[in-house]
Amino acid sequence: MVKEIERAGIPVVHMCTITPISLTVGANRIVPTIAIPHPLGNPALDKAEEKKLRRHLVEKALKALETHVDGQVVFDK
Amino acid sequence: MSKLRVVHYINQFFAGIGGEEKADTPAELRVGEVIGPGMALKASFGEEAEIVATIVCGDSYFAENMDKAKEQIIGWVKEQKPDVFIAGPAFNAGRYGTACGAICEAVQNKLNIPVVTGMYIENPGADMYKNKIYVFPTKDSAAGMKDAAPLMAKFALKLGKKEKIGSSKEEGFMPGKRINFFAEKRGSERAVDMLLAKIAGKPFETEYPMPEFDKVAPNPEIKDITKATIALCTSGGIVPKGNPDHIESSNALKYGEYDITGVMELTSDKYETAHGGYDPVYANERPDRVLPVDVMRDLEKEGKIGKLHNKFYTTVGNGTAVASAKKYAAEYAQKLKADGVDAVIMTST
Repeated sequence: MVKEIERAGIPVVHMCTITPISLTVGANRIVPTIAIPHPLGNPALDKAEEKKLRRHLVEKALKALETHVDGQVVFDK
Repeated sequence: MSKLRVVHYINQFFAGIGGEEKADTPAELRVGEVIGPGMALKASFGEEAEIVATIVCGDSYFAENMDKAKEQIIGWVKEQKPDVFIAGPAFNAGRYGTACGAICEAVQNKLNIPVVTGMYIENPGADMYKNKIYVFPTKDSAAGMKDAAPLMAKFALKLGKKEKIGSSKEEGFMPGKRINFFAEKRGSERAVDMLLAKIAGKPFETEYPMPEFDKVAPNPEIKDITKATIALCTSGGIVPKGNPDHIESSNALKYGEYDITGVMELTSDKYETAHGGYDPVYANERPDRVLPVDVMRDLEKEGKIGKLHNKFYTTVGNGTAVASAKKYAAEYAQKLKADGVDAVIMTST
């Protein structure tokens, strides 16, 4: 799906936990996430902390969208 | 020569029993009956073969009682002593295609009777069984019967008469089932021949086509994210509570487009996941954990992004055919473009 969005001319960032799949499938901008059933959250944290974590991940995704890439890049920093 | 004996397997729908509400119909043997698609096969057989029995089984019944149903059906097929066994065609019906594949495989392996079935290339049964049995490609709906039946019937005659079966390309079945043969020239010679033909600009044919690695080059970065309209999409199955469009929990046959104008966060009373391939507890508790609307709204308010697009696109990426996923995203990507979306965040579970 990311590839079709990319093909349509819209930059896209893939946020997922199993990055090898994303790489195989052919996503270009990839941001690793927390876990399969809660990629953008962590139920062990309290609500405010969890939201902070989510915001941090989304900001990483935005950063990826602002970054020039020539091929596949996993934004894991 | 006497007519070849054929046993035909079909589901409850093609037997005229009923649709989904009758999918739990147990397997039954109908000796001497030619039903539904069997008529089309019969027309193609002419005087060379006859359907001596039709076995009918509900798709859910087969899926839920596979061992029992297989054993029962195998018993019936054995009694009928067919020269060839035909199942379907199943077109794009997933459970039916899987049933056709499973029963064909069982008949072939347990009774040593040649088998053939047919289905649409994206039917999950195709990938599961095309390496094991002969599967003919069909259209995705029963409208393809008139094309599929003669091909399957002709091939069934060939199998029944124990004629030599050629490659998938010659015969028309899906590549996967391998046919061994001795090549006249050894590999090194064939490779050199191919190379010479290539250099001379003559046509040549590879013996092993490489899988296609379809790469799409990245689009340029967003110059000013504070002016950009960003859309959220997911394969994690987030939908409004109650799943109004009934997106399937696996092998999704559709995607959803939902308006989130004025929605500040995804709460458990209004949203949930339709995904059947992961533990839904955490996503249902707080759907923002999969589709981060809450954070995007904050960023929007703070001017860190231009705007969160007022629609999100979602499907269930659980056993969903690659071709389906491709089709859904290609379609909604055009909508996103038309709506002036600058960038997409896709989340996966």
